[in-house]
Amino acid sequence: MKKVLSGNEAFARAAYEAGVGVVSSYPGTPSTEITEHVAHYKEIYTEWATNEKVGLEVAIGASLGGKRAMSCMKHVGLNVAADPLMTLSYTGVNAGLVVVVADDPNMYSSQNEQDSRHYARFGKVPMMEPADSAEVKEFTKQAFELSEEYCTPVLLRSCTRISHTQTVVDLNDRVEAPDFAPENNIPKWVMIPANARKRHKVVENRLEMLTELCEGDKYNKIEMNDKNIGIVCAGVTYNYVKEAMPEASVLKLDFAWPLPMKKIASFAAQVEKLYVVEELDKFFETEIKAAGIKVEELDRDVCGELSVDAVRELFGLEPVQADVDTTLPFRPPNMCPGCSHRGIFYAINRLKLFVTGDIGCYTLGLLPPLKAINSTVCMGASIGMAHGLDKAAEGMSQKSVAVIGDSTFLHTGINSLVNTVYNQGNSTVVILDNTITGMTGHQQNAASGKDLHGNPAPKLDLVMLCKAIGVKESNIRVIDPFDVANAMEVLKEETSKPEPSVIITNKPCIFADRSVIQEPYFIHEDKCSGCRVCTKLGCPAIIWDAQKRVALIDENLCTGCHLCIKVCKFGAIEQRSK
Amino acid sequence: MKLDILMVGVGGQGTVLSSNIVCDVALAAGYDVKKSEIHGMAQRGGSVVTHIRIGEKVFAPTIPLKSADILVSFERMEFLRYSEYYSDNMTLIQNTQIISPPSVADGEAQYPQDKIDAVQKSLKKVIEVDAIGKAIELGNQKIAGMVVLGILAKNVPFEKSAWEQAIRDRVPPKTIDLNLKAFETGYNI
Ligand SMILES: Cc1ncc(C[n+]2csc(CCOP(=O)(O)OP(=O)(O)O)c2C)c(N)n1
Repeated sequence: MKKVLSGNEAFARAAYEAGVGVVSSYPGTPSTEITEHVAHYKEIYTEWATNEKVGLEVAIGASLGGKRAMSCMKHVGLNVAADPLMTLSYTGVNAGLVVVVADDPNMYSSQNEQDSRHYARFGKVPMMEPADSAEVKEFTKQAFELSEEYCTPVLLRSCTRISHTQTVVDLNDRVEAPDFAPENNIPKWVMIPANARKRHKVVENRLEMLTELCEGDKYNKIEMNDKNIGIVCAGVTYNYVKEAMPEASVLKLDFAWPLPMKKIASFAAQVEKLYVVEELDKFFETEIKAAGIKVEELDRDVCGELSVDAVRELFGLEPVQADVDTTLPFRPPNMCPGCSHRGIFYAINRLKLFVTGDIGCYTLGLLPPLKAINSTVCMGASIGMAHGLDKAAEGMSQKSVAVIGDSTFLHTGINSLVNTVYNQGNSTVVILDNTITGMTGHQQNAASGKDLHGNPAPKLDLVMLCKAIGVKESNIRVIDPFDVANAMEVLKEETSKPEPSVIITNKPCIFADRSVIQEPYFIHEDKCSGCRVCTKLGCPAIIWDAQKRVALIDENLCTGCHLCIKVCKFGAIEQRSK
Repeated sequence: MKLDILMVGVGGQGTVLSSNIVCDVALAAGYDVKKSEIHGMAQRGGSVVTHIRIGEKVFAPTIPLKSADILVSFERMEFLRYSEYYSDNMTLIQNTQIISPPSVADGEAQYPQDKIDAVQKSLKKVIEVDAIGKAIELGNQKIAGMVVLGILAKNVPFEKSAWEQAIRDRVPPKTIDLNLKAFETGYNI
């Protein structure tokens, strides 16, 4: 049966068809929906791990235990999981193990634009790169077979335009995976130096065998056409090339690593001029040039994503002249109406605190009018950075806070809080506990009280955890983030203490608990003084009417969170009765 | 046949269902189809865009510049941001709902009604609809997208029955009648 599936749905379908037994992942755009879709197949045990390193380690354990396993993550997630990956390369696998890593060229939803192909070379493991959902399914299934045949983890590289593009796919049935008994093989699995030295040789030998496979007929096919131009490309870029340059000859690399240099050299010999078209880093190009093959220069930007038009332009075809109006009022992403983060950021803004921020919906606290984030580096960084600030700059701990979401705190924030307490820091950490992993589309986490399927699960007690870490009980404050006056008071008290403090907000994301949504509010025009304080909350539902010089509430958007009545001094805002 | 449809709106407006149905209909009619959209950060009230490409064989997931045959704007001004995709014969289907960008909401900037009027005049065909108004008349604001889908269906060469079938397959069983009614309303505009 044919269906239109997104790349992410196709990864999930492939896991099902390949007889996968265990999937453990941490969410991250654009990879998140893979694991959400896998969860629909009851044949597969699926879970949200606390971070990508844990997810991969669970997958390694499952492979060791004899089940095909998969872990999915965004590109920066592989940084977190890099430690197990690099040595997993040495141990190899028992049952097949596949890691899906999704890059984000153009950074639609990411903090950097790193190119994960480097990890394949770095870890000496094969990486396949599908070009559409049909290939996603085909390659993923092949990846499991290769993983077992060559005793290696296999990386599958996706990107935003693969994961979030729907294309036509032929569905097949599930075939149960080959039976693997749990493996007990100490020289293979215990990477002490004496064993690892031997395994390193195995890795090098394996890479040679994989290179032979890549040189063969099954993968990396040449499509001979006009011999003037030959283009080496892979993944989504192949599609741009085929549409922009239909006459050109193409060598489509199904494997981003290892590269079939003999095949590339023979392709180069068959065409007048050899070009490499790839997104992000000059990964193929550098390798091919290093192998002594002549590659024609293209004036390609290594930043951002490609398109049909961008490829046309690379080859000197007349660019399409199209205007864009850059003077339109900008529409950046914003915290939702009713967001539980808005009130606390308003309080932080009023106190003019310096904020080491983290990654999540609350990073949007950066935007005007709240403007209450001063740094964002990677998940978990806020707490360590606040501690560094404290140790470097006298008095800074009284003027600053770290803010971090619940999911991010559990991902990589806990270690940092341990560090702050152990090293006798003074910083204040605000944990924005909205009970969900909001930014990536509302996934459960260990503080949600629910598992991936929405079933009840043990709910981590943040207060008890902070106590166990050694934060004084009197310095752990649980507050209602909508109560701005109290939030300001508590922030003042805790930042002034020469000890570590943790402030925990206790209201859920409106998507985690729909029952918090109430009747909308409205503004009495005659009572509104036009002071505009409510518009400084940055709520998308509150609109300033410049003509009448009063504020209005868009009742289609308002969720009745009542934050605005907390800041209106004129009693102009009232709730619609049911 | 080549049909490139750009759907634009504001994150949270819920345009995914509509665009999925377009893909189902194209596939049922025997065409190749690709649909590309952005999830994640942009969904938090940012400007969002979905590319749908239908043809005998579709390669690129995104529509080339100046090639959109139809632009569906789920919010009144959003189509202005994507002018690089307008083709000469493009039809604009525009929901008149306004969602103020932050700078307009806090009074720093004005909602660009003048530009909307000017650009609309320069386009070959414009169909305006107050989809939320129509949906509320039918009894549920949430089916506004179906009204818009009905208009789209009227302007592309697929059988009406294929649309109705795709809707039946995609929406929760209890809401089929309501969704079909909203689709019909749009179809007859
Ligand atoms: C290493 C890494 N993994 C995953 C992500 C994707 N990501 C961005 S924010 C976020 C979690 C946000 O959840 P939370 O901290 O609870 O804050 P919320 O969005 O709910 O406010 C994730 C998983 C990332 N940026 N980096």
